[in-house]
Amino acid sequence: MPQLIKNRAVVDDRWTLLREAAGLSDLAADTAQIVPLAFWLAHRDALKARGDIGVWLAPIDDPATLAADVGALPVIAVDFPSFTDGRGYSIGRMLRDHHGFTGELRAVGDILRDQLFALAECGFDAFLIRADKDAAAALAGLDDFDRIYASTSRRPQPWFRQRGQASGGGPSGTTS
Amino acid sequence: MYRYDNFDATLVNRRVAQYRDQTQRFLRGELTEDEFRPLRLENGLYIQKHAPMLRIAIPYGLLSSTQLRMLARISREYDRGYGHFTTRQNIQFNWPRLEDVPDILALLATVEMHSIQTSGNCVRNTTADPFAGVAVDEIIDPRPWAELVRQWSTVHPEFAFLPRKFKIAVTGATADRTAALVHDIGAQAVRGEDGEIGFRVMVGGGQGRTPMIAHVIREFLPAAEILNYFDAILRVYNLHGRRDNKFKARIKIIVKEMTPAVFARQVEAEWERLRGGPGTVPPEEIVRLAGFFTDPPYRDFARDSVAYRAAIADSRPFSRWADRNVRKHKRRGYAVVTLSLKQTGTPPGDVTALQMEAIADLADQYSFGEVRVTHEQNLVLADVLQNDVHRLWGRLKALGFATPNIGLLTDIVCCPGGDFCSLANAKSIPIAEAIQRRFEDLDYLYDLGDLELNMSGCMNACGHHHVGNIGILGVDKNGEEWYQISVGGAQGNDASLGKVIGPSFAAADVPDVIVRLVDVYVENRHEDERFIETVRRIGIVPFKERVYAAAH
Repeated sequence: MPQLIKNRAVVDDRWTLLREAAGLSDLAADTAQIVPLAFWLAHRDALKARGDIGVWLAPIDDPATLAADVGALPVIAVDFPSFTDGRGYSIGRMLRDHHGFTGELRAVGDILRDQLFALAECGFDAFLIRADKDAAAALAGLDDFDRIYASTSRRPQPWFRQRGQASGGGPSGTTS
Repeated sequence: MYRYDNFDATLVNRRVAQYRDQTQRFLRGELTEDEFRPLRLENGLYIQKHAPMLRIAIPYGLLSSTQLRMLARISREYDRGYGHFTTRQNIQFNWPRLEDVPDILALLATVEMHSIQTSGNCVRNTTADPFAGVAVDEIIDPRPWAELVRQWSTVHPEFAFLPRKFKIAVTGATADRTAALVHDIGAQAVRGEDGEIGFRVMVGGGQGRTPMIAHVIREFLPAAEILNYFDAILRVYNLHGRRDNKFKARIKIIVKEMTPAVFARQVEAEWERLRGGPGTVPPEEIVRLAGFFTDPPYRDFARDSVAYRAAIADSRPFSRWADRNVRKHKRRGYAVVTLSLKQTGTPPGDVTALQMEAIADLADQYSFGEVRVTHEQNLVLADVLQNDVHRLWGRLKALGFATPNIGLLTDIVCCPGGDFCSLANAKSIPIAEAIQRRFEDLDYLYDLGDLELNMSGCMNACGHHHVGNIGILGVDKNGEEWYQISVGGAQGNDASLGKVIGPSFAAADVPDVIVRLVDVYVENRHEDERFIETVRRIGIVPFKERVYAAAH
C-alpha cells in the first residue's frame, strides 16, 4: 500500500528514504534516494551531478545549511521523530519563505492525519503517512480547515489583508 | 465586544467538526490514547481525578451576558451546575463526559466561544487588563490588540507543537494588571517619542517549577509589527526550546541558557526577515478591530453622583465595600464594580449556574450586558452608573458576591488543587477556607490592607503562588500533604518572586503560620506601608524567625 500523499492523492513513491548512509557505495545507482544532511554535505558535488538525490533534515538541522542548494534539490524531506515535535513546521517555513525552495517538501516520520492541514500551511506538499495508518483516510486531514488567520507559507497574505475583499465578511448571525 | 463574522464562525465550526471526528476516532479505537492526548489537550480537555475537565477560553476575560447564560446552561446540562473561573481568565468544568465534549463545543460556537488551545503545548488564551477600556491609566485599549493576537494564534499552523505551553499577556495601561512579567510574552503598550504607539516586549517570564521574571528584549516595537515579532519569538523558541526535559521546556529556560541578549539577537535577526512583510498589521485592521470595542452609550455627568457619595457617608459596610470592590471609572458618574468570588466557604473562583444567570441579569441591567473575568478569579461589571452602585450592592449581597475583600488577604487566588486536579500534590480549597475563617474579622482584615495570598496545589503554579505577597505551595512528603510558604512575591510593574521561608507545614498549621506572618507585618509596618513594602524593607528573616521560633 502506498503511503505517500501528494497533490491530494495517495500515490506511488519513487523516492527511497535512506535513514543512514555511510559512503557513496551505500547508494543504489538507479534509484532516487533521500539522504541525510551530513551525507549530502560530505558528497555534495557527486550527488548534485546525479539529479535524483534529495536530502532529509532532522529537527536539529539548520535549514540555512541548504541555502545554496535549494535550486539543485528536487526533494527536501523533514523528519518528525514524534508528531508532538513541532520543529519541522518552522524548518519547512524557513525553507520556503527564507530560502525560496520550490521543490517537493516532504514530511516524513510520525506523520498522521491530524497534522496535514498545518503541514500544508507551512509549505509541505508531500506527506509520507506512518506505515500503520491508512493514507487514504488521512487525506481528509488536508481539509480540516479552509484557511486560518495567520500569514503562512502557503498563503502569505494573512486573512486580515483579504477580509475586506472576501464575500461573506458580514455578521455571522450568531448571537451574543 | 468582538463579534464573529462568517469567517470567524466558520473557523470555529470547523474546529468543532474536527474535534468531533477526533473524538469519534478515539472512541472507535483508531487513535491510541497517546495519539489522542495532545489533540484533546489542544482543545482544553484534560482527564482529571474524577472525570475529564474542560477548560473554555474567555478571550482576554471578556464575556457577554448571552455567553455567560450559555456557560450556565452547559454547566447544568453537561456538568454539575457550576464552573470554576481560572487565573487565565478562563472557565473550567470539572465533570463533563468525554463523549459529550463535541456537543458542548457546538453549543459554545453558537455564542462565539470555543476551547481552542486552552491547554497543550501551544499558544494559550491571550490575557489582558480586566479594566480595559474603563481604566483611568490607559495608554491604549488593549482589547483590539488582544483580539488580533487571539486570531493570529488560533490554529497557527507553525506553533501547534511547541516545546511547552505558551502564554501571552497584552496590557495597555501604565499599571500592569495582567502579571505580564510572569508570562512567556508580555506586551505592554508604550508611546514613542513622536507619540507613535508601540509595545515594550518582555520575554521569558513564567511561574511553574522554575519561576522567572521576564526580560525586556525590545523597549519599543512599532505596534504594526506585533505579529511579525511574535512569529519571530515563537520560531526561535520552537526551534531551540528544550524538548529533552518537560520541566525545562518553557521559553524562560532557553532565554536564561542563551542569555536574554543572545535570545533577543536571534529574535531580531528573524524579525528582520519578516519585518514589513505580509504579517504587518495594516492600520485599517486595527481600526476595524477597535470598532468592536468602542465606548458604550455613556451618559454625560457634570459631577459624581450625590446619592453615591451620600450612601458612602451613610453606611460603614457600604463604604468599606465600595472602598475595596469599586474602582474609579474613566467617565464621571460611572464606577467599575468587582464581584468577589471569595466568600468564605465557597471555593475561590467557583460560580453556580444560578449565580451565572443572576450575574448575566445584573450585567444586562447595570453594565451594558458585559462581564469581565480577572486573573485573580473575580468578576467585574465595568460600566455601572454611580447612581446604581448602592442598589447593585444590595443585589450582590443577596447573591454572596459582596464580600468586601478585593485585594485583601481573604481574596485568595487558588487552583482547584487535590480535590479535583490529578496533577496536584495537595488540596488547596480547604486550606483557603481555613485561612478565610481565621481572618473573618472584617475590621482586622481591612486594617491589614492590600495583601495578596496565592495558593497552588502543586508546582505547576496555577494558583500563582510565586507572585503572592504570601504564597502557599502544596507539596508531597512521603505521601502526605504539606505546605511550603513564601513571602515577598508580587505581580504588576515591580513584580517579584516570593522567597520560601523554610520547611513546610502540615495543613492544620497553615492558618497559624499566616497569622504569625501578618503579626510581624503589623508590628513592623510604617504608616501606610503595605505588606509587600514592609517585606521588601525588612527582608524575610523576621518573618522566618517568628514562624519557626513558634514552631519549636
